[in-house]
Amino acid sequence: MLDALLRIIALTRKELLAVLKDRRARMSLLIPPIVQGLVFGYAATYDLNHVPYAVLDQSRTVASRQLLAALDGSGVFERIADIERTEDIRELIDSRKALLVLQIAQDFERRLASGQGATLQVIADGRNSNTAATASGYVNSAVAAFNARWRLDHALAGPVVHITNRAWFNPNLETRWNMLPGMIGTLTLIQTMMLTAMSVAREREQGTFDQLLVTPFRPYEIMAGKALPSMLVGLVQATGVLLVAQLWFRIPFEGSLFTLYAGLLFFLLAAVGMGLLLSSIAATMQQAMLYSLLLIMPFSLLSGLTTPLSNMPGILQYFTALNPLRYAIDIARRVYLEGVGLSVVTGDLWPLALIAAVTLTAASWMFTNRMQ
Amino acid sequence: MSAQTGEPILVTQELCRQFVRGDERPVKALDGISIQVRRHALTALVGPDGAGKTTLLRIAAGLLLPDSGRIHVLGLDAAKEPQRIQDRISYMPQRFGLYEDLTVSENVDLYADLHGVSPAQRAERYPRLMEMTALEPFRDRLAGRLSGGMKQKLGLACTLVRSPELLLLDEPTVGVDPLSRKELWAIVRTLVDEQGLTVLLSTSYLDEAEHCGQVIVLHHGRVLAQGEPAGISAIASDRVLLASPPADRSARAWQAQLLDNPGVVDAVPDGGRVRIVLSEKAGLAHDPTRGAALGAASTTPTPARFEDGFMVLLRRQAEHERAARIALQRPLQTRAGDTAVHVRDLVRRFGAFTAVNHVNFEVRRGELFGLLGPNGAGKTTTFRMLCGLLPASGGELRIAGADVRQSRAEARARLGYVAQKFSLYGPLSVVENLEFFASAYGLRGAQKRGRVQWAMSQFELEAHAREPSTQLPGGYKQRLAMAAALLHEPEILFLDEPTSGADPLARRAFWRRITALAEQGVTVIVTTHFMQEAEYCDRIAIMDAGQILAQGAPGDIRRAAATSDQPEPTMEDAFIRVVEQARARGTGAQQAGEAA
Amino acid sequence: MNPSGDPRHTDTARLTRLRAKATRVRALIVKETRQIVRDPSSVAIGIILPVILILLFGFGLSLDVKNVPLAVDLEDSSFEAGELLASLQLSPYFHTRVTRSMPAAEELMLTGRADGIVRIPGDFARQFNAGNAAIELVMHGGDANRARIIQGYVAGAVGAWAARQAAEGRAMTADPVSVQTRLWFNDANDSHYFLVPGLIVLVMTLIGGLLTAMVMAREWERGTLESLFVTPVRSDEILLGKTLPYFLLGMIGLVLCVLSAKFLFHVPLRGTLPVLLAASTLYVLVALGIGLVISSAVKNQLVASQLVMLVTFMPAFMLSGFLFDLRSMPMAIRLITFGLPARYYVALLQTVFLAGDVWRVIIPNAAVLGVMAALLALGSRAASRKRLL
Repeated sequence: MLDALLRIIALTRKELLAVLKDRRARMSLLIPPIVQGLVFGYAATYDLNHVPYAVLDQSRTVASRQLLAALDGSGVFERIADIERTEDIRELIDSRKALLVLQIAQDFERRLASGQGATLQVIADGRNSNTAATASGYVNSAVAAFNARWRLDHALAGPVVHITNRAWFNPNLETRWNMLPGMIGTLTLIQTMMLTAMSVAREREQGTFDQLLVTPFRPYEIMAGKALPSMLVGLVQATGVLLVAQLWFRIPFEGSLFTLYAGLLFFLLAAVGMGLLLSSIAATMQQAMLYSLLLIMPFSLLSGLTTPLSNMPGILQYFTALNPLRYAIDIARRVYLEGVGLSVVTGDLWPLALIAAVTLTAASWMFTNRMQ
Repeated sequence: MSAQTGEPILVTQELCRQFVRGDERPVKALDGISIQVRRHALTALVGPDGAGKTTLLRIAAGLLLPDSGRIHVLGLDAAKEPQRIQDRISYMPQRFGLYEDLTVSENVDLYADLHGVSPAQRAERYPRLMEMTALEPFRDRLAGRLSGGMKQKLGLACTLVRSPELLLLDEPTVGVDPLSRKELWAIVRTLVDEQGLTVLLSTSYLDEAEHCGQVIVLHHGRVLAQGEPAGISAIASDRVLLASPPADRSARAWQAQLLDNPGVVDAVPDGGRVRIVLSEKAGLAHDPTRGAALGAASTTPTPARFEDGFMVLLRRQAEHERAARIALQRPLQTRAGDTAVHVRDLVRRFGAFTAVNHVNFEVRRGELFGLLGPNGAGKTTTFRMLCGLLPASGGELRIAGADVRQSRAEARARLGYVAQKFSLYGPLSVVENLEFFASAYGLRGAQKRGRVQWAMSQFELEAHAREPSTQLPGGYKQRLAMAAALLHEPEILFLDEPTSGADPLARRAFWRRITALAEQGVTVIVTTHFMQEAEYCDRIAIMDAGQILAQGAPGDIRRAAATSDQPEPTMEDAFIRVVEQARARGTGAQQAGEAA
Repeated sequence: MNPSGDPRHTDTARLTRLRAKATRVRALIVKETRQIVRDPSSVAIGIILPVILILLFGFGLSLDVKNVPLAVDLEDSSFEAGELLASLQLSPYFHTRVTRSMPAAEELMLTGRADGIVRIPGDFARQFNAGNAAIELVMHGGDANRARIIQGYVAGAVGAWAARQAAEGRAMTADPVSVQTRLWFNDANDSHYFLVPGLIVLVMTLIGGLLTAMVMAREWERGTLESLFVTPVRSDEILLGKTLPYFLLGMIGLVLCVLSAKFLFHVPLRGTLPVLLAASTLYVLVALGIGLVISSAVKNQLVASQLVMLVTFMPAFMLSGFLFDLRSMPMAIRLITFGLPARYYVALLQTVFLAGDVWRVIIPNAAVLGVMAALLALGSRAASRKRLL
């Protein structure tokens, strides 16, 4: 027992030495997650902060100008054109110069004054319907604010029903707050799985694997000796992204670090397990890379990071049960934003443990029996 | 554009080329080469790995630029107009890139298309080509399914789809079985003699050089000698003796001692005797007192071979490497006569293909055992099963009493393994590698330190202790690998093709170390395709097509293969005879040409 | 014209050379095609894989908000409250569960069985008749994008109910301004319409990179290039002989993706097929070119494949504009996207599929892709000289 442990420690030490000695390797482990965290942290947001729009104002009254001022003043909308004819709308939308075109009818002020209620026509570029929906949602908010002001100014009674909005865990409903905790798992997964998958393949190709196999190392010890360093590296990378989220993007961390790291540990175990299973199947480094890519793609897209899991058809939802990233994202989001404790995320922990157990065992078996 | 026959087809002047590979130290592949290659002749570039042969050929083919110096091929500057040269010459690199997914004829047609050979010309040349290379029956076979020898012949055929003005061949016979080697040489010689082709080829087999019209000897990027092979053999004329060892010693032990003698340039075991090349100071071979001065029981002067002249040249260059004898820290606690390795009915199948077909042999403790055979014979597979790297499909396999198939871990603790290619961890330093492998074998604390210290001093690695292993000079890498394999004091040492590509001096030094180990009771098992190295072994087994064709002491096997016209066959001749006989008998040997 | 008297420059000599060149290129193409056909992995990557990926992601990714589980905390059992509840229940967007207390509703949201809570307080009817009712909407911020859209739907449902009350004369005033939105190009409001073309971009990016990584790596690995070099073949002929078959393979894969988009996901193709194919040709060339340049310049497979992955997949996913709007990214990031071929192809595909042949969008984007393809062709040519080191 002690012998096995010492051997595993020796192998872990060797792996870390080999990796950390090379400056380029050190950099390539630390820099990509942080850089990607920054770049994608800024990019991955459904929130819009720049909506170019055009106006066809057929009334040109004080009221219409007031309405438009409300929009312009929001800081999100940027008026790029004032058009005169309806024919011009097509060209602006088609060419993507404007995301929205607002149409104000001639009788706008009259209807407003008479209490009949005026209509603001919005034409949105539906080529990305999500963006369009968000943009028109902003318009709705701006109009609601205008309505409130108008009522105040004209001493009218308030709306009959008004809705007060509150949001749990993400008061301003910023999508970035959902993305970054999810990134912690995603960016780590890519590096961890690829590196682990290629590590054994590299040893095989360079011939050092044979040298290892000839020693008293047992297959499961070799696995452990390769899994541990990868997990350590993964933890460091995850921490990097966590720091980016907390310190750079200032997303408040509500939970406990212990819970988060416990979850990460389970996740890394599963990710490393998959990586090792891949390396036992792949004959060359290139194959290892190919297989890990082929797994990482569906894993990252179908993880709930960018689109909700509940929207997937049943079969695919079952598929995601095998996706360690899905659990990692859930854990990270819930611990980070909601501050839940370990007991709450056990529903995510045990599948990860199961995946880890199955993949590590399978990899071990393959190493022992497919030694060619 | 034919020039007069007198003008050389290739001329170099002070050609230099250096390589910097990653973190390894820069290597001077060519260090001021000035040579001339004659037309209509067969010229051989001879030298061990790293001598610069491949680099020179690649520069001549326009694939590399020299760092300095000049090279002219066919009157054109290879550095400035490579394409014009490539239009007129043919080149077969060491690993000829055959397209494995294409058939034999598809490969040949491709090269014919690339060389712009018209259909009429093809109709004329193909029959002769196919006949010469004996590939006619395999025209529709995928190139990937050919044996090693056939692949080389196909490669040769592809370069000969049209008659090039110069044919460059880079080690065309490396890794090929001796039968195919003979055939390849026959083809090349026919081309030169009958068609007046100019051929420049490189080889590390010194005996092949003897058959060429001209020889250029390279060593560490420099030209040692240029001229006719007879001239180089003549350097050692009247200096070569065949001597019988004194009564109290084996040939091998005596040979190892002789290497320390300043009067001896070279000594190799040769059929129970020792072939000695005397140094200039030591006098002449025909002088009968020479033998006695060395302690021989009897001597016979013998004509010098190319290799003898080569060794004299080498010794003049390099200092006499006094390879330290490897002394074990503790004597092995074993009894001589025990069976170290026991193999019975060993079988290994890969799907429908049987790579190892009921192999039987035994190796006793302290024996130096050689497993000989061409590529694809199954010796590597057998080896890997012995080391526990590959599970056997059937049969019994015991190492030092432990059953390899059942208790692999136990068997592994008793053996050490040195792979053909350097397989320790490159980025790690010498010390780090040794410490890791020591831990892997369960060595701890003071014992571990002691063993690492022993390894470093025995193999003279102290000067390079903290260097990353990739930066070690060639010979040192091998020493490190052997040191790592001996850390745990194994009873049996497995060495896979340990001398392939090494220069003759390094090979001699290596065999000295191995001999020393064997003398101290370590069982050593070696695979090699250098037939003459079989002489170092106590017993050998010859394998072909998954079966052992002959087993026994080298001398016995040679004697058994003696015929009336070859009363004293060399090991290589014996090998060829054994394999030919086996194939003729068809004893389970596969069809010639089947992929291995 | 034979200015120098050099026999290489006569017309017949030139013609012979051209014919020889054509023979060589044809021979290389034939060889590559044979290799592809006999090695199933290339076919798998070029044809089967794209289809599998499109199916997987096409069905898996969706930003539609439908059947939102909504908890309604009905604390008022009045007629008016009941009517409001009914209008929420009738909405196709929601799947409502009614509770009688807030803690019960919160429990539903905490356990993930509701994505939002609408609280109709106990005094709703009274407040409503007084002209000033308030209801509370609590969202789960775990998916902010979805939450915002749900907010919109709830507001819409409530607003519609309020307007009906006004029409029946029961409410005081209508809203001063109400908003009517029309969504062009996507009346069905189906997120597949924009996701699937984006996925085509993603998939083709990956396939292009993978195919060429395989192409060059296999040659260098097997040492076949060295023998090829010492023949009359030129480096551009080698390049052409390699890329053409793989290009065709990629295009077949692309056509299959487009067919799936149209017939499986019902994404309308309002533009014309030739335009679509022309744009796609450019992009496939660019994707292949990137792979070729990387693997020719970096002869180390390991680094090459890492680079291909890094430079293609993640950026195509995050920074191409198919999911996240480019206009809302900070300037620095937007600058990066200008160098990303995927960005231009996404713009092209989304337009050609959903809007039609809008030349003002197609020409500039296609032009950029064309320039990139040309640069990459030059680059890969430069990187694959007939030199070994």
